[in-house]
Amino acid sequence: MSDQEVAPAFTAGQHVQVKTGDPPGHIRTPTFLRGKSGVIEQLHGVYRNPEDLAFGGQGFPKMPLYLVRFSQTEVWDNYDGSPKDSVLADIYQHWLEPGAE
Amino acid sequence: MTEEHDHSGNPPQPDEDRLAATEFEILERALRELLIEKGVFTADDIRIAVEAMDRKDPANGSKVVAHAWVDDAYRARLLDDSKAAIEELGIDVGPAPNLVVLENTATLQHVVVCTLCSCYPRTLLGMPPSWYKSREYRGRVVVEPRAVLREFGTELADDVEIKVVDSTADMRYLVLPARPDGTDGLSEAELADLVTRDSLIGVTQPNAPSGG
Amino acid sequence: MPGPHDIGGQILGSIDRSEHVPTDTERTVDAMQMLMGASGRKTYRIDEMRRAIESLSPEDYANFAYYNKWARAMSVLVVEKGILTESEISDRISSIRAEGMDNVGAKAGS
Repeated sequence: MSDQEVAPAFTAGQHVQVKTGDPPGHIRTPTFLRGKSGVIEQLHGVYRNPEDLAFGGQGFPKMPLYLVRFSQTEVWDNYDGSPKDSVLADIYQHWLEPGAE
Repeated sequence: MTEEHDHSGNPPQPDEDRLAATEFEILERALRELLIEKGVFTADDIRIAVEAMDRKDPANGSKVVAHAWVDDAYRARLLDDSKAAIEELGIDVGPAPNLVVLENTATLQHVVVCTLCSCYPRTLLGMPPSWYKSREYRGRVVVEPRAVLREFGTELADDVEIKVVDSTADMRYLVLPARPDGTDGLSEAELADLVTRDSLIGVTQPNAPSGG
Repeated sequence: MPGPHDIGGQILGSIDRSEHVPTDTERTVDAMQMLMGASGRKTYRIDEMRRAIESLSPEDYANFAYYNKWARAMSVLVVEKGILTESEISDRISSIRAEGMDNVGAKAGS
């Protein structure tokens, strides 16, 4: 089974950056978060890759899925609200890379 | 729990875009007839599936929340392993996607959205309201949550932290609202009556107790 | 370019909060979609359904009601999966039109 799933590379609290780019296909990483820096809130588990499932594939290898927290002021230039406010999204590991503190 | 009971007595309403409704109805009928003829499913299968969905109702979510309000150990289990805790109450969640419960407090408000599609905890809340699926809600709530909540009549103090949670495929989220003040003497059933569908999505707070 | 569904962050006007009770037609489409992905049947996966919805033109995505988008996406997928052909669907649509509208929207299973 190990070749059928990718091991989680990140743990809760770790800083990550969402990859940029605009590939065609069924992408589950919203455009508004691409290139943004966030923090891993939690690892949800390992799931079949929806970007492959969407085209009739079996979704292997399974991909770690994280809830990632982004400060609203990091995501939007003129955010109107508390500096503590955040937006969180479910993001698959292949869309994440290690980020700076 | 009054206005949310939408398929218990009210007559069906027109389709959302009346201009295209005819084309839509014809396409639905063509697909239904052809797929039944091909043996993909039967008319009975469809009827049973419709009835099963009609039984899913925000009351299930209210029941879970009220129980979490009166039982701290249950609340801990609900936050730790939501699906198992919900099944404890005899609610069938079936082969649903994984469910995460988000706990609100006096200083933390979670709001749930699916910006890419319309992911929604249907097994617990039934079919999503139209506004949840709308482009306006999905587009705006991640960038101006306070303005959106204001449209729902929810004013949050400046020091309340808002976490907007965007589910993109495999997870479903349910908000556990903070228990309203002045509800100490209420039974679990009375508490459940205060919990509204919209408070389980995070755009409003539960109702205040009446006569309190 | 982001697809028509990828709209997080767009300020698109006030939210229509009115309650809409799903019609019989909408509930039937909803049920058929559930049955398509149900265990044992696995005609296509929910991910494929989402992809088909996202592949609608931006105009159709913006203008079609929710379950109309679902029905359009289903009609694409059942052809893609070889369950129906495009001409079977278009022929059936023509014959339903020719018969008149009286029976359209008749309750499934009744």
